[in-house]
Amino acid sequence: MSLSVNEGVDVKGLVDKVLEAYPDKSRKRRAKHLNVLEAEAKDCGVKSNIKSIPGVMTIRGCAYAGSKGVVWGPIKDMIHISHGPVGCGYYSWSGRRNYYVGDTGVDSWGTMHFTTDFQEKDIVFGGDKKLHQAIAEINDLFPLVNGISIQSECPIGLIGDDIEAVARAKAEELGKPVVPVRCEGFRGVSQSLGHHIANDVIRDWIFEKTEPKEGFVSTPYDVTIIGDYNIGGDAWASRILLEEIGLRVIAQWSGDGTLAELENTPKAKVNLIHCYRSMNYIARHMEEKFGIPWMEYNFFGPSQIAESLRKIAALFDDKIKENAEKVIAKYQPMVDAVIAKYKPRLEGKKVMIYVGGLRPRHVVDAYHDLGMEIVGTGYEFAHNDDYQRTPHYVKEGTLIYDDVTAFELEKFVEAIRPDLVASGIKEKYVFQKMGLPFRQMHSWDYSGPYHGYDGFAIFARDMDLAINNPVWGIMKAPF
Amino acid sequence: MSHPVSQSADKVIDHFTLFRQPEYKELFERKKTEFEYGHSDEEVARVSAWTKTEEYKEKNFAREAIVINPTKACQPIGAMFAAQGFEGTLPFVHGSQGCVAYYRTHLTRHFKEPNSAVSSSMTEDAAVFGGLNNMIDGLANAYSLYKPKMIAVLTTCMAEVIGDDLSGFINNAKNKESVPQDFPVPFAHTPAFVGSHIVGYDNMIKGVLTYFWGTSENFDTPKNETINLIPGFDGYAVGNNRELKRIAGLFGIEMTILSDVSDNFDTPADGEYRMYDGGTPLEATKQAVHAKATISMQEYCTPQSLQFIKEKGQQVAKFNYPLGVAATDELLLKLAELSGKAVPAELKLERGRLVDAIADSHTHLHGKRFAVYGDPDFCLGMSKFLMELGAEPVHILSTSGSKKWEKQVQKVLDASPFGKSGKAYGGKDLWHLRSLLFTDTVDYIIGNSYGKYLERDTKIPLIRLTYPIFDRHHHHRYPTWGYQGALNVLVRILDRIFEDMDANTNIVGETDYSFDLVR
Repeated sequence: MSLSVNEGVDVKGLVDKVLEAYPDKSRKRRAKHLNVLEAEAKDCGVKSNIKSIPGVMTIRGCAYAGSKGVVWGPIKDMIHISHGPVGCGYYSWSGRRNYYVGDTGVDSWGTMHFTTDFQEKDIVFGGDKKLHQAIAEINDLFPLVNGISIQSECPIGLIGDDIEAVARAKAEELGKPVVPVRCEGFRGVSQSLGHHIANDVIRDWIFEKTEPKEGFVSTPYDVTIIGDYNIGGDAWASRILLEEIGLRVIAQWSGDGTLAELENTPKAKVNLIHCYRSMNYIARHMEEKFGIPWMEYNFFGPSQIAESLRKIAALFDDKIKENAEKVIAKYQPMVDAVIAKYKPRLEGKKVMIYVGGLRPRHVVDAYHDLGMEIVGTGYEFAHNDDYQRTPHYVKEGTLIYDDVTAFELEKFVEAIRPDLVASGIKEKYVFQKMGLPFRQMHSWDYSGPYHGYDGFAIFARDMDLAINNPVWGIMKAPF
Repeated sequence: MSHPVSQSADKVIDHFTLFRQPEYKELFERKKTEFEYGHSDEEVARVSAWTKTEEYKEKNFAREAIVINPTKACQPIGAMFAAQGFEGTLPFVHGSQGCVAYYRTHLTRHFKEPNSAVSSSMTEDAAVFGGLNNMIDGLANAYSLYKPKMIAVLTTCMAEVIGDDLSGFINNAKNKESVPQDFPVPFAHTPAFVGSHIVGYDNMIKGVLTYFWGTSENFDTPKNETINLIPGFDGYAVGNNRELKRIAGLFGIEMTILSDVSDNFDTPADGEYRMYDGGTPLEATKQAVHAKATISMQEYCTPQSLQFIKEKGQQVAKFNYPLGVAATDELLLKLAELSGKAVPAELKLERGRLVDAIADSHTHLHGKRFAVYGDPDFCLGMSKFLMELGAEPVHILSTSGSKKWEKQVQKVLDASPFGKSGKAYGGKDLWHLRSLLFTDTVDYIIGNSYGKYLERDTKIPLIRLTYPIFDRHHHHRYPTWGYQGALNVLVRILDRIFEDMDANTNIVGETDYSFDLVR
């Protein structure tokens, strides 16, 4: 493969042309978020984590989505109240495919929607009383619930409710953690602040107020998976590898996770971070407070999986290191067969990525493993540190777009004509209608897992079925 | 912990089968017993059984503060849906930006179509100072980038709580030249803490009409022969609106559908992405004030709009999601009455064919008990149709349903011997319905995709017939209204009944004597 992409395409000119459509003020602001990656660059040369411009159709969500939808929602043995009007919880009900094992409605509540369904009187007189009652009713109807979180929607912070006081009182009364999360959607510029707030609440309302479980026996091999939401079973396909090399995964944050796992996390020897963006905060806190080191890893695609397994094993004794080699060797024939089958069908295909979290860089080498090229990538809600981590993965000439607008993405894709667009549900049908193969890279397009060796085979199959389906050839009528 | 590799390149296994392999089953067990600190299997089984009891139902129905699995969304998504039915219209949602991502996602997951709408992306500073600047910049950006013919403004609850004044803001933005002075920017205040998506729909229809028709009462507005029709919030809008247009065509009625999403939510895949397609032409919307009458297909989606239309001197007629023979008869007779034209012979033939189909299949429907949930109008229309088929609607539930609605449903039930077991539950949710299904069971559930959890828990088969349908494809492309639509609904119900029969009679040598070839 060549060392650069988009050769022969005037990508810089394309960016300038697309920007022309904006009014002056917005053009100047958007220009800072778009760039073409230069050789040897230390970062991507774009501004990030800045307010979206009004009226441009940003693809971003909000702090509530980052807290309820991403961090807290998957904790299966707690009930998460969407506190405020009915909509937020309704739209985020069961949408993210955070797989879990449990008896829903009895000891797990991941695919249910709980809301205080604010009415006008709650806005006028405040919702604290209603919240008190709601928590009491939940505890009555769901006696096996291990904890409750209050996920604030926009009005809560605007009407001056004291959800912390309610949480303290109810926690005392029920003898279970009740945690207030100030993740109102207007806070911050995207989902990202919601992740941060949710992390801070775990720090202040779980770590500070609860203890690791009595009788929990530590071993020298205890690790955690932090920042894996178990979409389509990702965390399971990762966990199995860590267990196979001889480690003990004492907690999953937060896909298929439980309150006890959160509570026991300070017992870990190492915190392993997959989605750095959404959970680096808690990892840094644990490093500071409990002296637990943390390490980023990447379980997308065999190259990165092997590298990560070796890096993880290097933190442990020779036995683990040997095991890592054995595990890599064990899966290699399956990986080789997958690559032998799919690479010839995918080699040289160009991909444009636009998603959030870690994926705009983390999935890149999985595509490379299949001989595919990334010609554009960008993040919904990245910070500078994400863009600093990105040049490691992508090549000179890659188009970089931060908080891309629907308009920009459409124009970029139209001009570059990649062979695959890897983005979200809101983008999917736009590009399919343009005749372009598409995969949703938030929900794995209802497939998955994509993590781990088992996931890589599925990833390869899915990219092939998207790109090589005959439907793209029948778009043009013969008349 | 060594195990063979289950995954293979020859036959790639994904989540459906991968996690059923022994190594994953063992992984689940280890995680559960060593790390989850959950409750014992016995305790879980005990509580699970308790949730299915009469005692639990009483507790469940005593709830006042927590709502669990409701059948309603919030106002803005309804307003957005209504706006998207007008030619070249871009909804502009004033408030926090995450809301818009949610509405677009929800509608996209149902229609499997792109859904375009923008946000004014208000954040903390706007919460303090108001969102005027967001409106000014936002309208300018939306107008420049997306070249709409109309921008319909609505609000999230954030903008409502801080009290942003849309009318003033839009004027202000026009004065700042965000959009030309004469560019249409209708608006609707759509607080999420009042009503639900059906109220938002009403508010936006009224907002658009107010923009084009003016606010003042004018009972003497000159009238022509056209008839307006407002479909309401409808997951089957693509199929239904086209069917309504076909029916109007057969009558020879010039009909204006006010908010017609059928083309916008069903654009072709031919290499070109159409951000806007079809919709009620803006000129037709303007002229619609001169129609002699307006028909609402969903009463609860249009109370304020109909009142407003009445004040322009039009006759109005309202239906409750008319499904089936009698309801379609009523609709057609109303069209005949308003237009002065006879019901076309072709429709009479279609009626006969529908009745023929019902007669052919009635044995499988008679006496079958149903739970029905969804929006208030859907519940009314569906219950009526079920009774027409000889089936019995038993639990009729709508979180958006009011006391008035409950009485209306009761009246419908009282009118038929097949309604004697029926009861309406307004303001209740799907967790209430779960209790009802366990304590007073039915044969089938009619609802939307969220009902699949009820189906899983109760093993009562679910028939998806209302928004949102995320996990089945393309049904929205087929009508449910008109005689043709009723036939589609009938077939959907029958298919599920027959599939259920086969699934319950397929054990070899044990139950398969009833595995009949001919049914």
